[in-house]
Amino acid sequence: MAKYLLLKHYRGGPTRTEAGCIPMDQWTPQEVRDHIAFMDHVADTLRERGEFVDAQALSPEGAFVRYDGEGRAPVTDGPFAETKDLIAGWMAIDVESVERAHEVAAFLSSAPGAGGVALQEWIEVRPFLDERPGELD
Amino acid sequence: MGGVADDRLEELVRDLTPRVLGALVRRGADFASAEDAVQEALVEAVRRWPDAMPEDPAGWLVTVAWRKLVDAGRSETARRAREERVADEPAPGPAEEGDDTLLLLFLCCHPALTPASAVPLTLRAVGGLTTRQIAGAFLVPEPTMAQRISRAKRTVADAGVGPPGDLRAVLQVLYLVFNEGYTGDVDLAAEAIRLTRMLAAASDEPEVGGLLALMLLHHARRAARWTDEGALVPLEEQDRSRWDTRLVAEGVDVLQTALAQDRLGEYQAQAAIAALHCDAPSAAETDWPQVLEWYDELLALTGSPVVALNRAVVVGEVDGPLAGLAALRAVPPDVPRRTAVQAWLTERAGDRPAAHALYAAAASQAGNLAERDHLVRQAARLHGSG
Repeated sequence: MAKYLLLKHYRGGPTRTEAGCIPMDQWTPQEVRDHIAFMDHVADTLRERGEFVDAQALSPEGAFVRYDGEGRAPVTDGPFAETKDLIAGWMAIDVESVERAHEVAAFLSSAPGAGGVALQEWIEVRPFLDERPGELD
Repeated sequence: MGGVADDRLEELVRDLTPRVLGALVRRGADFASAEDAVQEALVEAVRRWPDAMPEDPAGWLVTVAWRKLVDAGRSETARRAREERVADEPAPGPAEEGDDTLLLLFLCCHPALTPASAVPLTLRAVGGLTTRQIAGAFLVPEPTMAQRISRAKRTVADAGVGPPGDLRAVLQVLYLVFNEGYTGDVDLAAEAIRLTRMLAAASDEPEVGGLLALMLLHHARRAARWTDEGALVPLEEQDRSRWDTRLVAEGVDVLQTALAQDRLGEYQAQAAIAALHCDAPSAAETDWPQVLEWYDELLALTGSPVVALNRAVVVGEVDGPLAGLAALRAVPPDVPRRTAVQAWLTERAGDRPAAHALYAAAASQAGNLAERDHLVRQAARLHGSG
């Protein structure tokens, strides 16, 4: 088994489909409910299969922060520039193969949006680095 | 009859559980109901045994668990058909020997399961670990692991207890458990050794001995494999005085018994290679030509590209780095660690700038942090060298 992080982006990544460009605040309430229900369905399916590790949504608000020398307040930069890549949330899964990880990402990406059309959002798939190699070298 | 101390009781229960579970399954109970019944019987044992220890604890547990199973059947009218079948069967006599544990082991390593499902099921049902411990070892939430185990049980139940299990599947599962090492709060390597010892006690198949020897010989080197700061120490740099000579001696002994049967298999060949490393007082004194012969055997047995990769390292030791690099050309480019091996051989061949670039590339491809850190240190060591 291997763990993968599936990242959803508010912005950034390859070019989106037309349906993927309509912001959520322009959908009907029912379309929003259907979208959220679908996401819950994905998580439930993964739990039932014993593949679910974690999921979290992130606010689009936030800041970049860095150390600025001893005794000085941290420097912040934000809000995030419109041109920057922006992560919307993640799902961590533990699956048998990279093929299965891609299948789960495609499942997430099939979530319905405006007009009930699949959003076909790009999902970034990143393998975890384990702490250490196996006992057998 | 006297009672039994708490710590002794815990150990006894852990040994007996898979045997009792195996006995119920052999008598036709389905996996999930049998496990519930055994858990209930154990609760009763923990309550009663400290005051009065039965003479045959396994037989006692089978009898009590069987009664629980029948009671559970009675309380579910929807399962009337099964109730009758279960109730009609004669009460079991004293539990048979360890055979039932083995039956359970083969069932948990059922060919219908992927190894990834068989591993947690085996740890739960045969190893007696809790779902929480197993979840901790594999770094997933407990409900996720509970689902994985119950799905595996359903798969086994649907596939049915077929012909005698597949020994190769069992060995592969034990190998994977061992390879997990020390993780969470359980030592899975030690657990794999315990289960493989049990299997070896009941089977004289040489590959079982081969796998046990392989585990012992690797386990013997464990203390030397990591620095106190948690960095990986390659074999050639390990402090050999920290190898566990008692485990080495036992591993060599088990291996010799297996090899004497003259039916070579991949685990015996791997163990033979590990034994040659353990036998060398220093890396320089390793009998590389003999190691290479075993790699040739292993490659012929498995055809594995990973074996071909490791063999290229050994060719480098026997015939020099250029010969090693030539052997590497036959290894497919997507084999993990191939770039790391290429970097090592290239450095030995004297091309330090190229080796630096290869180590850096290998670090970016590493599948775990310890290996990546090791490769970054190697790249840093060669940085700016001409």
